[in-house]
Amino acid sequence: MENHKRQILKYAAAKRVAQAALLLTLAALTAVIIFVLIRGLPHINMQLLFGNYGKEPSIKPALVGTLYLILIAISVAAPIGIGSAIFLTEYTNSKSRIIRIIRIATETLAGIPSIVYGIFGYLVFVVALGFRYSLIGGGITLAIMILPVIVRSTEESLLAVPRSLREGSFALGSSKVRTIFSVVLPCAASGIVTSLILAIGRVMSESAVLILTIGMVVNKMPEGIFSPGTSLALNVYYFGSHGYPEQAAATGVVLLILVVSINILATVLGKVFGKGELANG
Amino acid sequence: MRGLFLFCAGFSVLALGCICVFLFASGVPFIGKVGLGNFFGTKWHLNSEAYGILSMIVASLYLTALSTIIGVAVGLLTAVSLYKFCPKNAVAPIRQLINLLAGIPSVIYGLFGLIIIVPFLRDKISPNGIGYGLLAASLVVSIMILPTIVSVSLDALNAVPKAYYEGALALGATNEQSVFRVMLPAAKSGILAAVVLSIGRAIGETMAVIMVIGGSPVMPKSLFQSVRTMTANIAMGATELSGDAATALVSTGVVLFFFTLLLNMSFSLLKGGEKRGKPQKTNT
Repeated sequence: MENHKRQILKYAAAKRVAQAALLLTLAALTAVIIFVLIRGLPHINMQLLFGNYGKEPSIKPALVGTLYLILIAISVAAPIGIGSAIFLTEYTNSKSRIIRIIRIATETLAGIPSIVYGIFGYLVFVVALGFRYSLIGGGITLAIMILPVIVRSTEESLLAVPRSLREGSFALGSSKVRTIFSVVLPCAASGIVTSLILAIGRVMSESAVLILTIGMVVNKMPEGIFSPGTSLALNVYYFGSHGYPEQAAATGVVLLILVVSINILATVLGKVFGKGELANG
Repeated sequence: MRGLFLFCAGFSVLALGCICVFLFASGVPFIGKVGLGNFFGTKWHLNSEAYGILSMIVASLYLTALSTIIGVAVGLLTAVSLYKFCPKNAVAPIRQLINLLAGIPSVIYGLFGLIIIVPFLRDKISPNGIGYGLLAASLVVSIMILPTIVSVSLDALNAVPKAYYEGALALGATNEQSVFRVMLPAAKSGILAAVVLSIGRAIGETMAVIMVIGGSPVMPKSLFQSVRTMTANIAMGATELSGDAATALVSTGVVLFFFTLLLNMSFSLLKGGEKRGKPQKTNT
């Protein structure tokens, strides 16, 4: 009986420890946000955001660079990723060998650390192709990195489209390609758009790839996609490690606000579209 | 049209192939050129052509072990308490918050480490007045991987049939006993997945680490000492080195890549083993 009671007390204590861990997790994660906000918000000003990079640092080149990177990465990764998902769901059954190989490749790609992508981008775009440090090199490397994410989530949205819709379209005499483009893809559009928005968030967050591919030129506006540049995330690192902690925190706040609002946008869109689909079905 | 889609799907395979070819073609001959003894030695001194990365491998392994232990311990308990030990209507908002935090750029965590954790360790904890080092980096990385561990292990717990829990209660176990002795062991494969995921993120994390690790290429002897991980070696050298030294960074990348491939392989073996193991269990 004594032993039994001790057991019960032991697990009751374990429960308290678990609850403490929950509080610790929440405290640690909110501390990250709150301290960055406290340190950064007072230092956000027009000079930092939109001024020219002179004596006072500015993140205008980083804003433009980030925009370029998003455009390049998404316009490369979106068609390939969506096409890839279409092939995987519409043209093959899950047992074929080719699917297995593609799946293993995608999973392996997803597990490679971003700094290794960075080295790859450096070897291909900076050295082999002779682009030197350039936004396009960084953008394409990022595209390869976000590809597995886009493929996987697009696949999920395609699989969620009911079979009967495809069969109905075939019964009306449409070809396979026509069925894909005018029935399956429109039905899955919301899921695909959500995954692309999340991919934009990842592009903005990434910095290890870029340190090796775009050159981290913080003080010059990029002239085009072939010129070197910088991104917001890279600027946080640059300011932080070159003696501008206030500017680093301020840039961090800008980055944080952008990334969090993009993620919230994706969640909200997912919910709104999700409801609409339920109502239609 | 089918061919076009096939090309898109094949692109991942092609990209993976290219990554392997470029990395190995550039990195492996270099290891051969400077010699295994030199490359896996402890001395990294570029002027005397000493490219030893052993100290960085050790630092990477220490960092991975320490941050995974802290992250998994706290994250798993958090998941358990979200699963049963927390007011029901608080679970959904907390999950949403944690998911949101999973999307925060790693460089922000690094910044937090730089402006808060490092000064705190330096002034309050460190015996030698140095804040940079393995402890700071491990704390930053473990906070960073918390969201992943919490959501993956919570999913694993939620996937365990409710009947297990009710069965344990019916046998007279308390709520806590059922969770710790029945549900947690039943979810162990999913929890293992969370551990492997976080190991992968910890060993590959770069930006959050380089901001707080210090960066001296020396063998780690203390938690409060400037050291350098493999990832930090690559990123720190990236902006300034060229020639042989730059190739040494690529070779460092090859070693890191090798570690992650090993991790991926053991993960898929683990998953494959689970799948094969399950039907056998029901047969007996």
